[in-house]
Amino acid sequence: MSERPQPPSPQPPSPQPASPGPMGAGEPSSLRLVFSLGIAGLLAGLLLVGVFLGTKPRIDQNRAEALQRAIVRVLWPDGDPNEAHRIESRVLRDGRLVTPEGPLAAGERVAYLGFDAEGQPLGYAIPAAGKGFQDDIELLYGFDASSDRIVGFEVLAHRETPGLGDKIEKDAAFVGRFRSLLVLPQIDAVRSGEGDQDFEVECITGATISSKAVVRILNESMQLWRPAIHETSGVASANPSAPGRP
Amino acid sequence: MANAIEPDEGRSRAAQELLKGIWRENPVFIAVLGLCPAMAVTNSLLNGIVMGLATMFVLMGSSLLVSMLRGVIPKQVRISVFIIIIASFVTTVDFVLQAIAYEVHKEIGAFIALIVVNCLILGRQEAFASKHPMKLALADAVGMSLGFALALTMIGGIREILGNGSLLGVPLLGDSFEPWVIMILPPGGFLTLGLLLTIFAWFKARAKARAALETKELSHV
Amino acid sequence: MSDLAWIFASACLVNNFTLSYFLGLCPFFGVTGRIETAYRLGLANIFVLVITSLTASFLEAYVLVDAPYLRLISYIVVIASTVQFVEMAIKKLSPALFRALGIFLPLITTNCAILGLAIFQQSRGYDLVQGLVYALGAGAGLMLALVIMAGLREESELNDVPSLVRGTAMSFFIAAILSMAFMGFAGLFSEA
Repeated sequence: MSERPQPPSPQPPSPQPASPGPMGAGEPSSLRLVFSLGIAGLLAGLLLVGVFLGTKPRIDQNRAEALQRAIVRVLWPDGDPNEAHRIESRVLRDGRLVTPEGPLAAGERVAYLGFDAEGQPLGYAIPAAGKGFQDDIELLYGFDASSDRIVGFEVLAHRETPGLGDKIEKDAAFVGRFRSLLVLPQIDAVRSGEGDQDFEVECITGATISSKAVVRILNESMQLWRPAIHETSGVASANPSAPGRP
Repeated sequence: MANAIEPDEGRSRAAQELLKGIWRENPVFIAVLGLCPAMAVTNSLLNGIVMGLATMFVLMGSSLLVSMLRGVIPKQVRISVFIIIIASFVTTVDFVLQAIAYEVHKEIGAFIALIVVNCLILGRQEAFASKHPMKLALADAVGMSLGFALALTMIGGIREILGNGSLLGVPLLGDSFEPWVIMILPPGGFLTLGLLLTIFAWFKARAKARAALETKELSHV
Repeated sequence: MSDLAWIFASACLVNNFTLSYFLGLCPFFGVTGRIETAYRLGLANIFVLVITSLTASFLEAYVLVDAPYLRLISYIVVIASTVQFVEMAIKKLSPALFRALGIFLPLITTNCAILGLAIFQQSRGYDLVQGLVYALGAGAGLMLALVIMAGLREESELNDVPSLVRGTAMSFFIAAILSMAFMGFAGLFSEA
């Protein structure tokens, strides 16, 4: 933090302030009031700049680590979330994916491309959000372009009802369904016990709306990203019925 | 500036100021202040404790600074200056919490910022810290924050144990316990505080009845 | 359901600022003795919320981009100034209303709902129009909660309430039931 300019020490007011204001004896002048507020603001500002600069590195690191762990969890679900993998950002621009240079413009969407140990593209971790039962649901899912399948899924934030809607992140069977889910022609939410197709997801009993919301969010996200992903990577969609990664 | 008045009356003045905030003038249960965080972040015990600690830091820091500067802050702009001081401390807590406990901050971050408008803090500056020396102001701040933290802990503990069967994330009531989910939802917050207030009213009524009984007995002697 | 309509409905009903997010509780328990006062305070709140939302959007776009650590201080300064302005305006336009609202007018500054709106608006990345609709929805929801609570308390004034529960504790129980009722809005606007 650069050296703080020493403010001139304000005169402590005596019981009868020496500078009578326009309102008569006993009232500090407006100038003095403005001056006091200005000093207070200045000192506060300096303190905050210091705190900000002091904590910024740690906060940026925390944020990056949290994001990294989430991406690893959806693209490498069986591995250690703390393991390091090569991950690069991709921005959706004009129907294509490009590597971003510099900060993103407002409203621009970003996905994360993960690479396997041999440096080959493995899959995209895509953030998505949408309206759930109570409020917005935010999630992150992994997408494998070569097989057009979702390979991992994690709920980042939600306000669904605990014990009911929150099963979208707690029900192992539901979450596990997204380990290999075909997205063509589109993901379908079906009743419990009826999901036998590759692209069907069974809704959680008692949390139908939350389950359907998740499916809807994924479909909308895929509509947005899939064309651009295929356009960019030039990977022709594999036979939709071919099994993806286990 | 005598700090301890009548130290041989069992308790120093500073200790008195401190203790009043914990129970007799508890900010949540008696003065019904600081309700917003008391309800919003008490859906788990940990959140309640963290919020209590954050509020304590802000209240102690602000009271100390306000008391230190009480001679130089002009009366006309004192509220604005108090707010600037409080907002600075809260912003500091916000960033420090992000740096040292990122996950917790994700859960209660918005309400950390709302400490600024916690009427408890502004109220103490106006009613006490701006009129008393630093040692007493600090004692008052510590007492009030402890009382506030105590209230949050009680509410958070009750809500978590009944609504989730756990405390601090540790399951305590076994698998056969069907959690009262309503307790960690908004109605549960209102319900818990209402019940606690009723219980305290009962204690107060009992104490009053007992005191009345004693006075009656004395007057018959 | 359109994006803006959902923002409004969510802030007003499904995620009511008072009954779901616990914002604005001090006036909720303090000023709801009479419907008349509650209603007028609700209107004052809406006005302050709208101005706060607009100013916060403006600040976010131009001032706070490079100085996020000044967010809290600048928001609270804006709110305090707005409330001061509203106070002066009401005093001039309707002295009777000014007297009726009394101390609770300047206390809008410490109403966590106002600051809460600014913070939520920013953390959800709402633009100007979305923020405005959000403020209107939140204000409508606040007023709704205030007026309903005032109505219930007015009604129960003559009821035979146990002495232990009378007063504040009773208000909390009413609030709990009200909050439960509003939870029923949750599925109303979903596509199922």
